[in-house]
Amino acid sequence: MDELVNKRINEVIKGDQDAFEEIVTMFQHRLYHVCYRMLGNSQEAEDIAQEAFVRAYVNIHTYDQKRKFSTWLFRIATNLCIDRIRKKKPDYYLDATVPGTDGLNMYSQIAAQGDLPEEEVERMEEQDRVQYEIGRLPEKYRTVIILRYMEELPLQEISDILELPLGTVKTRVHRGREALRKQMGNM
Amino acid sequence: MNTCQEPVIHLMHAYLDGDISREDEQLLQKHLVACEHCREMMDELKMSALFLKGAAPIQAPDGFVSGVMARLPKEKKQAGFQRLLRRHPLVAAAALFLILMSATLFSSYGNNQQFSFTKQPNLIVEGETVIVPAGEVVKGDIIVKNGNIRIEGEVDGNVTVIRGSKYMASTAVVTGKSEEIDRAFDWLWYKIKSTAKDIFSSSGGEPQEK
Repeated sequence: MDELVNKRINEVIKGDQDAFEEIVTMFQHRLYHVCYRMLGNSQEAEDIAQEAFVRAYVNIHTYDQKRKFSTWLFRIATNLCIDRIRKKKPDYYLDATVPGTDGLNMYSQIAAQGDLPEEEVERMEEQDRVQYEIGRLPEKYRTVIILRYMEELPLQEISDILELPLGTVKTRVHRGREALRKQMGNM
Repeated sequence: MNTCQEPVIHLMHAYLDGDISREDEQLLQKHLVACEHCREMMDELKMSALFLKGAAPIQAPDGFVSGVMARLPKEKKQAGFQRLLRRHPLVAAAALFLILMSATLFSSYGNNQQFSFTKQPNLIVEGETVIVPAGEVVKGDIIVKNGNIRIEGEVDGNVTVIRGSKYMASTAVVTGKSEEIDRAFDWLWYKIKSTAKDIFSSSGGEPQEK
């Protein structure tokens, strides 16, 4: 896989845009998944994941082929997601329906001061619940938890993606897990 | 509160990361058997990890790839042409030939704006209209460029009008084909046909400039 990727990248560097299409096809689902988990919104996830691919294309000459391409790609995507989260903090899609709440939208959430009432959460479908709980994590824990548990990446790779020391990544995984445990109480 | 918590919690996380030595693991297991509070916490941590792993993978929506490709900056033209040349040399050669060919054809279509027609005896010309008078018989083909033709008599041959109109009186007779050409495509087709005809038989009267 890595060999094929590097072959295609060399073609892209030579100016062949079609070779990039293959790269996008290979990585689209993983990248989209991470963005979706980070942002919790499919429009934004699509936008940011596509933007990540565009940036990868434009900056392809800065990619070091001795390293893993996916690491580099995930770094671009997670940075974009984090930027988006920080920039858009107060800017929710107010009329977007909150998953599993039978048409409740963000207006009703604001009235409830952020978190949903416990009985609402208990009625959620499991998949919506996963996204809801991840979304409640602070962004720096959310990133490592998604990479660790959804992408199932080794800690070292997460440290490469986020350009953080391994120790910091471990601490964040621990804190993230702890935060999640407290959030969920005893299920 | 348990005093054992801090170092034990650390061991729990190390265990969950698969990052624990044998001795530490045994130490942890021993503690968990003895301490109910820590056992409960360990279970909760395991549960939340399992809960996360149960998340269904989410696929990128349809059209994601084409969306990315549409957002890419345009590649250099050179690269596109080189790729075409590399992958389909024959197609590229044919395309190049067609481009050059049509350029010459279209330029002759655009440039030649003058009124002209095939000189034949007994034709009458009024302004930019060629008239085949009633009762007369014109033997041979007539080509009119950038002008009109009015046929009242008889033409024993083909009538071709390029960028102009043809009026046929009720007495008009044309024994050959008659056509009107006023679009570039028709023009191209006509050119190709007449070139082919010229190749196979080098006879036929060239239209004369007026």
